[in-house]
Amino acid sequence: MAASNVRHALFCAIVTLVISYPILGLNLEAEGINIVLTGTDTTTVVAIACAALVVLLFQLFRDSLMGKLGAVSNLNPLTGRKPMEQKERAKLESWVLTGLVVVALFWPFFSSRGAVDLATLVLIYVILALGLNVVVGLAGLLDLGYVAFYAVGAYTFALLSQYYGVSFWMALPLGALLAGLFGLLLGFPVLRLRGDYLAIVTLGFGEIIRILLNNWTNVTGGPNGIGGIPDPTLFGMEFGRRVKEEGNTSFHETFGIAYSGEHKVIFLYLIALVLAIITALIIRRLMKMPVGRAWEALREDEIAARSLGLSRTAVKLSAFTIGAFFAGFAGTLFASKQGFISPESFVFLESAIILAIVVLGGMGSQIGVILAAIAVTILPELAREFSEYRMLIFGAAMVLMMIWRPQGLVPMRRLHITLKTQE
Amino acid sequence: MQDLLYFSQQLINGLTIGSAYALIAIGYTMVYGIIGMINFAHGEIYMIGAYTALIAITGLTTLGIAWLPLVLVVALVCAILVSSSMGWAVERVAYRPVRGRHRLIPLISAIGMSIFLQNYMQLAQGSRNIGFPLLIEGGFNFGSEGAFQMSLSYMQITIFVTTLVCMTVLSTFISRSRTGRACRAVSQDLGMANLLGIDTNRIISATFIIGAALAAVAGLLLGMYYGSVDPLFGFIAGLKAFTAAVLGGIGSIPGAMLGGLILGIAESMTSGYLSGEYKDVISFSLLILILLFKPTGLLGKPEVEKI
Repeated sequence: MAASNVRHALFCAIVTLVISYPILGLNLEAEGINIVLTGTDTTTVVAIACAALVVLLFQLFRDSLMGKLGAVSNLNPLTGRKPMEQKERAKLESWVLTGLVVVALFWPFFSSRGAVDLATLVLIYVILALGLNVVVGLAGLLDLGYVAFYAVGAYTFALLSQYYGVSFWMALPLGALLAGLFGLLLGFPVLRLRGDYLAIVTLGFGEIIRILLNNWTNVTGGPNGIGGIPDPTLFGMEFGRRVKEEGNTSFHETFGIAYSGEHKVIFLYLIALVLAIITALIIRRLMKMPVGRAWEALREDEIAARSLGLSRTAVKLSAFTIGAFFAGFAGTLFASKQGFISPESFVFLESAIILAIVVLGGMGSQIGVILAAIAVTILPELAREFSEYRMLIFGAAMVLMMIWRPQGLVPMRRLHITLKTQE
Repeated sequence: MQDLLYFSQQLINGLTIGSAYALIAIGYTMVYGIIGMINFAHGEIYMIGAYTALIAITGLTTLGIAWLPLVLVVALVCAILVSSSMGWAVERVAYRPVRGRHRLIPLISAIGMSIFLQNYMQLAQGSRNIGFPLLIEGGFNFGSEGAFQMSLSYMQITIFVTTLVCMTVLSTFISRSRTGRACRAVSQDLGMANLLGIDTNRIISATFIIGAALAAVAGLLLGMYYGSVDPLFGFIAGLKAFTAAVLGGIGSIPGAMLGGLILGIAESMTSGYLSGEYKDVISFSLLILILLFKPTGLLGKPEVEKI
């Protein structure tokens, strides 16, 4: 153990103390108009000391520890496994997906209302994440203002229904198209920018949209938001107890069944499910089409792709617009599910969560993104007592994923053809 | 006369905010100049600086020490110490392992770090905002009684002077000292500097530490100026400072100062003549326009795409 190693370890331990003790160990408490400083409980202090000790020991024995950790991966029986044949994989995948869809179609009828409601939210996140996956995962454009397009979709529906009485089914394509148009308009000038500038510009755009929604009080209602957004109807049948709009009938009367609030929840869930499946299928198709290949080519090597005749702006713009389009889709759905929207729902953190879903699932991988959307939305609900740690764990998970597994939990697999060696 | 006084008032407010933005912007611009990544967590480092200063001030008041220069110096030293350590640790934990990978990877890691630090502070000190004592009171008033009076507070003067001192020290450090020379060499060509025997890892750490120290100074100053801190207050300020850095030309230290001042003035003019709610819209629009028409910023060097 060299002396420099010991010095470094001590230094790291001291830094750990310096960055944790003043913040965690001393609490600012407001007493009337005065603020007083109180020491925290012993457990926290002990925990801080333990953390420093762990850092010290880890830095001291870092080399030998890391060597042993490297050997651990050899114990994993799956390491040396050959990847499955492409054909078999595709077959297995399609069977699993069909099974999942069938289960997803029927389970809400045997489940509680809260669970179905949560599942609808999960599906909205699935649509959002699939859309962002096109922009970030496939085209490699970091969009930090994705939530702006989500807001455009939601507010389009809310405003149209409030001022012109437009129904959900009319607003769904309109909201998505308008969000796509916003994507096109924003994308056109900014897509020339390099990666990280693009990230900041989209972030700025997202903030601009939110501030406008917040302050344009006489149209958007400002921070109070818009309420009374109508529910979707099924061929003119409403799901409320009483019919609100003339010319409509109500669902339970038409079918002669007792009124139940669950009908509406399940109906919304089924709409979300169908939309999510449509989104996944369209994007799956696009990925295999020339435009999808172009996205990936441009992401991998911009100069090579351009020298092969791809138009940088057109390719990036298509990805950006399509991503925005699906965000608008999800936004309309969200507005209808909540019945009330306000700028509160469209803050930067929401963009970060959707980005985290894409990153955790594996950029570009559809299955991964869907699984991550389910996990990220459901886990906090299951562990409610840890809810205050949710975002803390989120941030840490993003960092750790980037360090250890930047390709995500279920990395994307390319379609590929291997040449048989001739004998 | 009234109009002129009103205009000067906005100008003074703008310069105050702008010089504090410039202090934060230095951190962005130096890191970008050397390793080409946006340190998204820098705004949080600034927030941590403000909190630490508040903790130190409250601690001293509880102990009964109220001699102003001592309180300020101790708060400043504590804020710089904690923020710099945090800056160093963040680089070590979140950025060094992903350095040199694809562009998006360090950026996402930085966003994760930013979320982490915000929630770290929220867990430790609560999410409500906490009042920051106004230690430096009073100031000069201009203009006749009963009409609009332009005021220049001692707090504003303190902010100007501190910023000026910090900038002078930084410029001298960068242009004269051995480490400063190494910083410039690393920002020109990291690989070559490494070959010539500069410990680039140390220089990169030093950049993070310097940036964090300046952010801590800004945290103390702006915390006192605004009169309150909350765990999210680093986010918007960080975004503004980044705008300032881009405005002046990212990678250029004089550019960061110029960008900060321009942004501060643009903001206070908007809130003075239009509406306070739209000042954020103006600064982000300014960012988008600058990136569209002059992506290299006002004082930045054009970047040649190498094939």
